[in-house]
Amino acid sequence: MTDRTAPALADPAPPVGPGRSRTPREEPRSGSGAFADARARRRYVIVLIALAVAAAGFGVGMLAMGNPMPVGSRGFWLIAELRVTSLIVMVICAFCQATATIAFQTVTTNRIITPSIMGFESLYRVIQTGAVYLLGVAGVGALQGTTQFLLQVAAMVGLSVLLYGWLLRGKYANLQVMLLIGIIIGGGLGSVSAFMQRLLTPSEFDVLTARLFGSISNAETEYIPYAIVFCVLAGGGLWWNARTLNTVALGKDICLNLGVRHGRQTILTLVMVSVLMATSTALIGPMTFFGFLVATLTYQIAGTHDHRRLFPLGVLVGFVVLAGAYFVMDHVFYAQGVVSIIIELVGGTVFLVVILRKGRL
Amino acid sequence: MITIDKVAKTYSETVRIGPVDLEIPAGGVTALVGPNGAGKSTLLTMVGRLLGMDEGTVEVAGYDVGSTASKDLAKILSVLRQENHFITRLTVRQLVGFGRFPYSQGRITREDEQKISEAIDFLGLTELEGRYLDQLSGGQRQRAYVAMVLAQDTEYVLLDEPLNNLDMRHSVQMMGRLRDAARELGRTIVVVLHDINFAAHYSDRIVAMKDGGVVETGPVAEIMTDAVLTRVFDTPVQVIEGPTGPLAVYY
Repeated sequence: MTDRTAPALADPAPPVGPGRSRTPREEPRSGSGAFADARARRRYVIVLIALAVAAAGFGVGMLAMGNPMPVGSRGFWLIAELRVTSLIVMVICAFCQATATIAFQTVTTNRIITPSIMGFESLYRVIQTGAVYLLGVAGVGALQGTTQFLLQVAAMVGLSVLLYGWLLRGKYANLQVMLLIGIIIGGGLGSVSAFMQRLLTPSEFDVLTARLFGSISNAETEYIPYAIVFCVLAGGGLWWNARTLNTVALGKDICLNLGVRHGRQTILTLVMVSVLMATSTALIGPMTFFGFLVATLTYQIAGTHDHRRLFPLGVLVGFVVLAGAYFVMDHVFYAQGVVSIIIELVGGTVFLVVILRKGRL
Repeated sequence: MITIDKVAKTYSETVRIGPVDLEIPAGGVTALVGPNGAGKSTLLTMVGRLLGMDEGTVEVAGYDVGSTASKDLAKILSVLRQENHFITRLTVRQLVGFGRFPYSQGRITREDEQKISEAIDFLGLTELEGRYLDQLSGGQRQRAYVAMVLAQDTEYVLLDEPLNNLDMRHSVQMMGRLRDAARELGRTIVVVLHDINFAAHYSDRIVAMKDGGVVETGPVAEIMTDAVLTRVFDTPVQVIEGPTGPLAVYY
């Protein structure tokens, strides 16, 4: 009955008649959960441990390598403490970008568009450019301080909630329209900042440029506690909803059929995504391809659809990519501050290789 | 019983579904037939609360679809549309496992695994349960989706064109399984079909729709007549007695 030469197309005979007898299996069948089989589960655990070891290695390396003081001395710890700040910023950035991008791609059921496209980075650019345009070089200073940080986060979250709330409740409520409008708003805001940049003096432009490239050194220590609070709240919310997100990934119809309130779940998730993205962008600046790279790598190596497994893996991948890039730039090439170039170069190459090998997204 | 009371959906001044009044009794297979654009799928998706209605109410087993909590309805009523596209890579068993979400909220229990196995075996997918969906043929994938809604263990199962893109053999297998599900498992199955002969052979009742309204409803023998089918489909139809029951000839 079964055609062994073409197993993919073979149909096992359908069971016939009522009360058919099936030989009882000794072991209960399983594999309905996060992993298809024990091999996939083992692979996930191994990958997770390997990434955790790599992350710890890069973390210790960043604190200890190139430290001029002897290990264990008071001076060593003083220098290490200074570096801890940038380590924490990297963890926050990896956490925000990885979880936000994965959750966003799930609710929009696509794996190409990332939250960056929804106008977040353009808004950040407009705020920064506007400050320099209106206030001169002093404008950069005017944007520093805890209140300003919180205001920037609030502005970005406010814009996205307004956009989602309006678009998802309207007559043409669908994500394609929302993404299209997000792109248009992003492009529009981009042009506004490009226009203002034309009118700046070279020295003002130079100061501004430093703020417009994502860099760990942009982060101020005083923002960090607030950023951590945002991460815990929004990340916790996503973790709480992770099992529901698994059904959202199946599309609107199946999700509704399974009794999930799809519209409400989508808006809640997008609000949490905007909090995370706004935190990351306001803290260190735009990182356009980082979230995309991390999410894509995570899907490829995770071997599961379960968000409870994807989120931690994504954060680890993000941290390893970020810390690895910094580590290589600082200690191999002695070229600090050009990390985004490395991330995009390596990330783009890896991405192309993965797509060419697998032939799918 | 499914009670549809004055349900209407307005797309524009000229395109309007309803108002539809219809009662579908519990048990058996009910086929929704009619020409393209008659509103079959729209009606089915409104009953399955995938699409909001502009007017009227739908009650399934005494629960008002508009006001009952969606997670409670998911234990009474399941609905499957024809187009399903996933971004995640799932095995057959993982997909069928999602059918247990209304009960376990994603934490699969031993009882869930049992139900999942039953649904997989019922659709003849036992050998394929570890396969990824993208490694299956269209017919096998369609069976996996149906297994998912059967694992949901609902009394009412609504299916929108489950035979779409299936060849003869798979169509016959699928309809046979659905009829078995109604008879052996006691489910009430409502299915949108394009082929009137499939509807005549495998269903217990036929509901014929045309221009957004229900024009005929009744047991197969009442619908399978020259006059009724010609009127419903706007094309000359002749019903002859075939070896296994009435056959509509329309070409």
